[in-house]
Amino acid sequence: MGSRASTLLREEEIEEIKKETGFSHSQITRLYSRFTSLDKGENGTLREDQVNFRGFMRTLAHFRPVEDNEKNKNPPTTEPLNSRTNKLLFAFRLYDLDRDDKISRDELLQVLRMMVGVNISDEQLGSIADRTIQEADQNGDNCISFQEFMKVLEKVDVEQKMSIRFLH
Amino acid sequence: SDDDAYPDAEKSNLPVFTMDYPRIQIPFEITLWMLLASFAKIGFHVYHKITVWVPESCLLISIGLIVGAIMHSVHEEPPAVLTSNVFFLYMLPPIVLDSGYFMPTRPFFENIGTVFWYAVMGTLWNSIGIGISLFTICQIEAFGVQDINLQENLLFASIISAVDPVAVLGVFEDVSVNEQLYIVVFGECLFNDAVTVVLYNMFSFVADMPVVEPVDVFLGVARFFVVGLGGMGFGILFGFVAAFTTRFTSKVREIEPLFIFMFSYLAYLVSELFAISSIMAIVCCALTMKYYVEENVSQRSCTTIRHVVKMLGSISETLIFFFLGVVTITTEHEWNWAYILFTLLFAFVWRGLGILVLTQIINPFRTISFNLKDQFGMAYGGLRGAISFALAFTLPDTIGRKQLFVTATIVIILFTVFLQGISIRPLIEFINVRRTNRNVDTINVEIHCRLMEHTMAGIEDLCGQWSHFYWKDKFMKFNNRVLRRILIRDNRAESSIVALYKKLELQNAMEILDTVSGDISAAPSIVSLQYETRISAKPKKKFFAEDLKNMHNILSKNMYKIRQRTVAYTSKYALPNDSQPREILIRRHSSIRRSLRPGSFHLYYYFFFFFSDEHETMSEVAYPARHSRFGQPKRSASGAMMPLHRLDTLKEVPSVDVLNESEKGSTSRGVSRTNSSYSDSRVPARGSPPSL
Repeated sequence: MGSRASTLLREEEIEEIKKETGFSHSQITRLYSRFTSLDKGENGTLREDQVNFRGFMRTLAHFRPVEDNEKNKNPPTTEPLNSRTNKLLFAFRLYDLDRDDKISRDELLQVLRMMVGVNISDEQLGSIADRTIQEADQNGDNCISFQEFMKVLEKVDVEQKMSIRFLH
Repeated sequence: SDDDAYPDAEKSNLPVFTMDYPRIQIPFEITLWMLLASFAKIGFHVYHKITVWVPESCLLISIGLIVGAIMHSVHEEPPAVLTSNVFFLYMLPPIVLDSGYFMPTRPFFENIGTVFWYAVMGTLWNSIGIGISLFTICQIEAFGVQDINLQENLLFASIISAVDPVAVLGVFEDVSVNEQLYIVVFGECLFNDAVTVVLYNMFSFVADMPVVEPVDVFLGVARFFVVGLGGMGFGILFGFVAAFTTRFTSKVREIEPLFIFMFSYLAYLVSELFAISSIMAIVCCALTMKYYVEENVSQRSCTTIRHVVKMLGSISETLIFFFLGVVTITTEHEWNWAYILFTLLFAFVWRGLGILVLTQIINPFRTISFNLKDQFGMAYGGLRGAISFALAFTLPDTIGRKQLFVTATIVIILFTVFLQGISIRPLIEFINVRRTNRNVDTINVEIHCRLMEHTMAGIEDLCGQWSHFYWKDKFMKFNNRVLRRILIRDNRAESSIVALYKKLELQNAMEILDTVSGDISAAPSIVSLQYETRISAKPKKKFFAEDLKNMHNILSKNMYKIRQRTVAYTSKYALPNDSQPREILIRRHSSIRRSLRPGSFHLYYYFFFFFSDEHETMSEVAYPARHSRFGQPKRSASGAMMPLHRLDTLKEVPSVDVLNESEKGSTSRGVSRTNSSYSDSRVPARGSPPSL
């Protein structure tokens, strides 16, 4: 596992990924071997949609656990990918498919429909969606903006919910 | 009979009514005792509030005390249940099998180091600590226990250091403590039984000897390893044999459950034969067996096995606590204030110290460390129970102070079970041990949290966290290549997926039926479906509290549960909920149908990205390619059965991709639904269902 994988991934790349995502060296090599085992077509990407390794790592970086106190004394210039805000942004983007920074009723309904079994009628689901928007919406535009989304989830322990213990 | 005693008596007529009690006495009494204990169990749950605050073991002991008092007053002897053989051969195995079979494997294996650490080192620490402290107490003349030597003290200490947190597990679950704590306590409970028995055997052997030499200590350690590893080895061996046997039982479905029980019992007995740890054997057997057997046996056998395992375990446990109460009254006690009080004290102190010290040592090796509250939960949850009880009774009579030991053991058990058992729930809630967050107040929170959990499940699959353990990875490869081929009925690989699918769809249909009959509000009513055509664009609907509650209800009943590899919690007193596998399949089907809609490609992408998994048995099915293989379904008369009628309403829901759009996509769902309505006997022969 070790030698074959690392020959395909250059040291500079590892360094770049480390800086961007905050993973450690061994975690990156481990995840790279995982990536190659997922990448059945061996063309360096997952599926035709071209998720390359960088994108893979960037996505996964959202799920690193949040560190309590930063190991490095100087705080990072840009917000780390695994901060609470970025985790919430990730979740927000799962709803907001057209990237207009708002969750519309339809987008909400789509996701709800995916999450829910066959027993619920559309009307019931519509009610639930309406209620969801009503609870969150503060500026009356019948959509949930990212700020409203964050506010609604302020009591939820997002850092713990959206974290994986990555092995070293 | 009378005719023999008085041969020349007058000829008596044919007796119409005779009675022969001695013949049936033993089975009769056993049955009566079991019924009595079970009635007690029913009785507790009649008044629900009691069981929330008082653990069941307390109640059972109390009932036992009452019955014992009654028996004592009429000078009856209690049944000789606590002889060594009866307890260890008949009453203990079901309990251990129950624990082992329903052990949540994934959290267990992730924490296996911690579990063994606490089980082995903790028990050793406790035994030696308590033994030595008691020995020093014995030196004090005033207490009158000088005749107890070191070996006997150690022996006694090993008996009472076996913690049995049955009551605690129930509380932990109700209070939803964090999973790590739960699994460590659970695992410790199981494995320290093994360690205790080893220590007990060792010390009782040593107690007979006047002088203990260093080589004996060394031999003791060696013996420990033999016992432990030997037990595991036997267990795994029998587990494989059982799995292999079930490969061939497709024609004899009725006796499939038998193999499970016979092989695990055999593992237990053979280990007892060689005097190695039978508890480890049966636990390992159950762990190994379960995975393969549940794939081989039919759905009904699977259910039967689970039910019977739970039933046997439950009844054994009930009986044991019950008899604890009875025997407390009816044995002769020897009371010695000092010894008993100091035993209590030392038991507490050493347990607390032990947890503290051990946790300090193991915390750096853990990814999620235990904080002080967790440690308190573990230490306070160290109740003593059945094993200590039985071991005390089976002490050899050569020990002079056997009665004292028995009395002390009973006192400790009663004390911990009653005092700690009752107070642990309020304490845990009070100190607010870190819990899994299960409170939900707004709909938003519920929905978004569920979404996040789904995402996490997908991401974890992507990372393949499971396979990042090097040994786990190797084992999984070995498993897939070698073991599964041998132990699972592989020649049914094709149709086994269909069989599994049918199994799951049947379950789903039954579940829907339950929902419909159980709670009308959760199911779509025919009336509401007719309203779909009216698009209601009401501005700002008013939502009453009633609506909100209904929404929460609907969501919690209908949202797909997160796919987990194993159930995180298993209740000690109920069967586990096994609804995850079905959801994978249904989700996949919806994703197929959705992917056939134009413009929904990006949704499929999301599904791939988050919900693909590589390891499960379904991974062989690469969905987009294969769905076209579904043949034309035979849509025979389906309106007759209630569940199907409900399911047909699926057609009318426009947003879920309707069957009239594309037949290919629809057949997958359609076929399954029709098939699921048939009972097993009416399922068409294997040739006709669509091949996957």
